[in-house]
Amino acid sequence: MASSREQQIDHILRRAGFGATEEEVNSYARLAFGGPTLVLARLLSFQQIPDVVDDQIGKPGYVGITARGEFQPAVNITDARQRWLFRMVHTERPLQEKMALFWHNHFATGYTKIAGELGATEATRMLAARPEEDAGSVLGQLELFRARAMGNFRDLLVAVAQDPAMLVWLDGRSNVRAQPQENFARELMELFTMGVGTFAESDVYAGARVFTGWNLARPGSGAAQHYTFNYNAAQHETTAKEFTFAIYPDGGRIIPARSGASGMQDGLDLINAVARHPATGPRLARKLYNYFVNEVDPPDSALISQMSSAYYDSGYEIGATMRVLLLSPQFRDPANYYKRYSWPVEFVARSLKEVGWSGFSVNDALSPLINMGQQLFEPPDVAGWDLGPGWFSSGGMLARLNFAAQLATNQKFALRDLSRGHADTHEDLLGYVLDRLTPPAYSTDDYNSLLDYARSGAANWTGSDTQLATKSSGLVHLIVGSGAYQFV
Amino acid sequence: MPMTRRRFVTGGVAAFTMGFAAPAFLSDIALAQGRNRRNLVVLYLSGGNDSLSTVIPYTDQQYYARRPTIAIPAANVLQIGTDRGGTPLGLNPRLTGLRAIFNSGRLAIVQRTGYANSSRSHFQGTDIWSTGDPASSQGAGWLGRYLDLLPAPVDPLTAWSTVRETPHTLLARTAGVASIPSVSAYAFASPNGGADAVAAKDSAVRIASHLPVDRPHLAFVNSTAQAAFATLDRVAQVNTYVPTVAYPNNGLAQALRAVAGAMNKGVGTRVFWVQTGGYDTHAGQSPNLANGTYSTLMTTLNDSLLTFYNDLQNQGLLNDTLLLQFSEFGRRITENGSNGTDHGAASAMLVMGGGVRGGIYGTAPNLRATSDNPTLENNGGDVRYETDFRSVYARVIEDWLGASSTQILGGDFRSGAPGFL
Repeated sequence: MASSREQQIDHILRRAGFGATEEEVNSYARLAFGGPTLVLARLLSFQQIPDVVDDQIGKPGYVGITARGEFQPAVNITDARQRWLFRMVHTERPLQEKMALFWHNHFATGYTKIAGELGATEATRMLAARPEEDAGSVLGQLELFRARAMGNFRDLLVAVAQDPAMLVWLDGRSNVRAQPQENFARELMELFTMGVGTFAESDVYAGARVFTGWNLARPGSGAAQHYTFNYNAAQHETTAKEFTFAIYPDGGRIIPARSGASGMQDGLDLINAVARHPATGPRLARKLYNYFVNEVDPPDSALISQMSSAYYDSGYEIGATMRVLLLSPQFRDPANYYKRYSWPVEFVARSLKEVGWSGFSVNDALSPLINMGQQLFEPPDVAGWDLGPGWFSSGGMLARLNFAAQLATNQKFALRDLSRGHADTHEDLLGYVLDRLTPPAYSTDDYNSLLDYARSGAANWTGSDTQLATKSSGLVHLIVGSGAYQFV
Repeated sequence: MPMTRRRFVTGGVAAFTMGFAAPAFLSDIALAQGRNRRNLVVLYLSGGNDSLSTVIPYTDQQYYARRPTIAIPAANVLQIGTDRGGTPLGLNPRLTGLRAIFNSGRLAIVQRTGYANSSRSHFQGTDIWSTGDPASSQGAGWLGRYLDLLPAPVDPLTAWSTVRETPHTLLARTAGVASIPSVSAYAFASPNGGADAVAAKDSAVRIASHLPVDRPHLAFVNSTAQAAFATLDRVAQVNTYVPTVAYPNNGLAQALRAVAGAMNKGVGTRVFWVQTGGYDTHAGQSPNLANGTYSTLMTTLNDSLLTFYNDLQNQGLLNDTLLLQFSEFGRRITENGSNGTDHGAASAMLVMGGGVRGGIYGTAPNLRATSDNPTLENNGGDVRYETDFRSVYARVIEDWLGASSTQILGGDFRSGAPGFL
């Protein structure tokens, strides 16, 4: 039975990461007696930990990937998806990968539209390539999120506004002075910063004109040719733009008329303004609170307010905001354990870490993830996935149950071997499996349902290999597929 | 003791939550609960359909003036007559099947549906069409409220969604909605076989039946598992359905195929949800190109609906079926700089079925942007609504579902409701 200290570490790693193997929990527990502050400090200072997770791909002892020919995550979207799942399972920088996933949902950009316009290879490069593996040194959108995971939010907004994938996704390429295209300006205000109800339609028209000329160029030749941000001064709409909210610190609402050559500053001014807007801090804080603390109960407005203040006081630093969140007593309060619905990728990564992965390929999780409603790099629309109870419907839940069956089947013999020391009685075996996984405590009724299953079948329990293989995998299936296990 | 009809009925809700496989007679109860066997199929076009490209006012010169690259030539539209305002209309050239259904009198086109202060946000717009309440876009959907009015216990297959996430329109306070994105994948798998698999399912069902009052979020998740278990066997039957016509290989058609199968097998569903996306045509609508974005959308829509219509008609199921199509908004009249259209306001709804009084309802907009043109709004930029979308809902609620629209919609929207039923 896990101690409350271990339970706390489990919780911290489920929230600030993707869960933990037994070895990882022990390693964190040894960190100065495993007090939460030191655990969190280590998670927060991930920059000091080498970013070498990708180098482990294909090595024995790690979860497998399936390559059709060469493994090419920079140009093949299926390989990119596999690499990302691999990172979730094996990263030594869990907070960075967790934040990258958060930003992917926040700035939701979909692969299929981009691939439809520019082809599969370019779309994958734009979304997933690392500069060191790409002939044109393309920084894929996911790598942008990993690099800026805990950096400055205003700078992140600028980087996203200039991100080639985003420019294609929200039709920035066709935003020209003669006919401004509203898509990006609208979503910048509605989804990425301030939120619905804080701006007027006229702000969308003005915002569209602000970003005219923010386009792409395609320099280089051969394999090095790539799409990159290019500001086209000739296409910038140069008149003044008036907004219903303050653009400048003095309260000024009008971006002045500028020449085409100087006009890129319009976009930087507007991004400054939306980052500074009084609705942005609370909205971002609330989203982070829902993701890291609790999305089930009424929110703790005091903590959200503290986070929001840190956001503004630090000059829009996500790191400062997240320090307030993670180091708060609320984050590690047991009352907030298991108060968030797991996303499908979180469910899969955690299951793999807790059940085991030897002989399993992350490729085999890709279709189940689609059935659960989450395909990486393919959010349903720019608002991201429908979080919380939105993940759960009869079909979605059945998909999770069936993935639990698939993983348990795949790990049957590994589980049998691990259970050998805990085979004296049915209760023994059930106790071992419950310890290995981290569901919240079951009610007596549910515990008895699991025990009845363990006892079902052959009259004599001998703890034989056959019985162990059957019952250990069967119990893993039931627990991982249970409603309680769907919460992190 | 085996579950019999009598024990089930006296046990009420509690007895139902204990059973795992819905007994065969449950669908009888579901059918008997309603006054009739009518099915409603809701079709959502996701993204905001440019209905000016679906139902085309091909003699309005402003249509061509304001859409120099994306207007469809008058010679290409499928003419369907004039509306009561005297405007000649034609369907998109790809809608040959829908035109045939229109000529059979089974397709109603309701022009200029919407509401005042139309939202141009996908999310807020969709929420408003889902709840039927522009003032409050949160809470149960209008069909969810219909489901909540049905006598308890509501059979978990009463509402069948062909997408994984529960559509907001069907979101109810107490009634569950079965989400069945794939009939064949809707089955319970186990690491072991035989008796062990049976024992596992037994335990899983028992665990899912635990609905702790102090943890409603867990109760909710367990209830979705429960709903899955309660519907597995009947959905498995639908997997054996052989349609009378071959459905095209696209998502919408396959979803409609499952709907037809559920009707054929008599599983007792009353409300179905299908949807198809890609309608957010900000750029490159290309309705005149063979494989243009909008052409492809119309082809998919046409082929899927025609096949569904024929399949139902061949089996005598058409008279019991009503298909209601909506989208979260229409699009701007003037094309944008990317040969596409931005978010607009009012748009047309389509209603199809054996009981439909086909025809053109409402009047087309006059596309000339003058200050005294009452059919436009937003400085002549958008189409202004003429028929409140809630009137269309009211018609369906009263005359098809046989329920109280005033109770469900929280207001009386019956006057002005087009007479397509």
